[in-house]
Amino acid sequence: MRISRQHKEMAIHGSFFAIASTSILVLTLIMVFLIMEGLPIFNDVSVPNFLFGKYWYPTDDPPDFGILPMITGSLAVTALSSCIAIPLGLMTAIYLAEIASPRMRSIIKPLVEMLQALPSVVIGFFGMVVVAPLLQQWFGIATGLNLFNASVMLAFMAVPTITSIAEDAIYSVPEELRAASLALGATKWQTISNVVIPASLSGISTAVILGMARSIGETMVVLMVAGGAAMTPTSIFDPVRPMPASIAAEMAEAPFQSEHYYALFATGMVLFIFTLIFNILAAYIAEKKKQIGTATL
Amino acid sequence: MRPWSYILSALFVVALAAPAMAANSITVKGSTTVLPIMQRAVEAFIAETGTPVAVSGGGSSNGIKALLDGSTDIAMASRKMKGKEIKLAESKKLTPVEHVIALDAVIPIVHPSNPVNNLTKDQLKAIYEGNITNWKEVGGPDAKIIVISRDTSSGTYETWHKIVMKKARVFPGALLQASSGAVLQAVSKNKNAIAYDGIGYINNTVKPLSVDGIKGSATTAKDKSYPVARTLQIYTSSAPSPAATQLVEFILSPKGQDIVEQAGFIRR
Repeated sequence: MRISRQHKEMAIHGSFFAIASTSILVLTLIMVFLIMEGLPIFNDVSVPNFLFGKYWYPTDDPPDFGILPMITGSLAVTALSSCIAIPLGLMTAIYLAEIASPRMRSIIKPLVEMLQALPSVVIGFFGMVVVAPLLQQWFGIATGLNLFNASVMLAFMAVPTITSIAEDAIYSVPEELRAASLALGATKWQTISNVVIPASLSGISTAVILGMARSIGETMVVLMVAGGAAMTPTSIFDPVRPMPASIAAEMAEAPFQSEHYYALFATGMVLFIFTLIFNILAAYIAEKKKQIGTATL
Repeated sequence: MRPWSYILSALFVVALAAPAMAANSITVKGSTTVLPIMQRAVEAFIAETGTPVAVSGGGSSNGIKALLDGSTDIAMASRKMKGKEIKLAESKKLTPVEHVIALDAVIPIVHPSNPVNNLTKDQLKAIYEGNITNWKEVGGPDAKIIVISRDTSSGTYETWHKIVMKKARVFPGALLQASSGAVLQAVSKNKNAIAYDGIGYINNTVKPLSVDGIKGSATTAKDKSYPVARTLQIYTSSAPSPAATQLVEFILSPKGQDIVEQAGFIRR
């Protein structure tokens, strides 16, 4: 018996829908779980005291659950790593898309993307064993496990993300725009800076934001090289403890459904809100500056 | 969409209810310090006997409380029972039986190039409180002390916090490492660092310090002359179930004691 084309179509439609909804359902369940396990801490600590408390002594009696040092730690590593990764990533992208010969591009682009495949634990190990002692020597600082080291390692991880997304955006700028610009007498550099980059701005912004989201959520690297002192940094060579490091270090041995356990989940909620903001921002910019045809410039 | 959500929520419920359903198994509860020993021992025990065992943390107090109200077969404790708990047991006509399963000694470590050999408990406390910040104050070179501590959930931290710090807080500027291995790595790479680690983890990449003039070792921990040491114990009721007795005997056997050493502690 032959299945009618219409039924076949419906079956395919249905199975794709089911698969897609499963993954969304699982994600939703994880989110519900996160919130359910995080909220009970606010019976013991008020929201402002949790977010802006300066001390984190979860196992003391009485305990202190203030995650301000972790929030500032996360923001500091993200900001500093962005300062390193954004220029590097964007310039690499511009070089690859506009300046490099096709042969060069075909060699460098896969290499940069391969960097993305480096496991974060390997980068963390490199930072801990190689970079930290070097930093101690070069700068004569007390410890190489600090904000700066973590930011450099995170920048390593964010550069491939930024480069590959930004390069795609720049590369997809229609050839007519470049041709028109050059025909009007603009130099190659003027074309890149005044025509190509503005035309691909939405893609570039998405690249930057996703790169930053990667930095703020990264766990292994900051756990290994950020030093882990729960205090607000005052210099780029101070040790910090970003939120993911705090969760990873303590979750394994926090007693199940104790205040400490809830506090770590609540930290996870805060982290989730941060990455969510980054992602919404990326989606918003991509939507708002969406390029329709070649005439929108 | 509907059937999927039913299946998933069913799975979810089963996963949550599983620990509660194992009614005729052994339950073990208590100290998170003893937990890593117990988890390894229980894995081997289950592989050998097939008896299901449910292990959970919660701290020494919760473990003993659970033993006294009958909700656990074995309580793990990183301290001896307190007077109050003994009285409570007496009032319930219970006589919990103590089994020392391991010793825990925590030893301060520095970089091998550091000339300091010995620190007193008070000096260590002052260093970890951030009151002594330069090595020259304790007979070392003129350099800032890099204080490395463990995450507050670890048993090693708990021992240090209780015996050296006398429950005072480690100052927030102390670096945190999340595992004994990472502590060792960090100290071996920083000539101004000080840290502490369980005796089972220390190797020749770092230099162990004496405390109050006494070198930490299995011997000095056993005869109680080394100050930063304590016993780890489990408690059972006076008439434990056969399965629980079997588990206790397993941990006390040479095989169980090998597991104690693998977990970084000293044989009893």
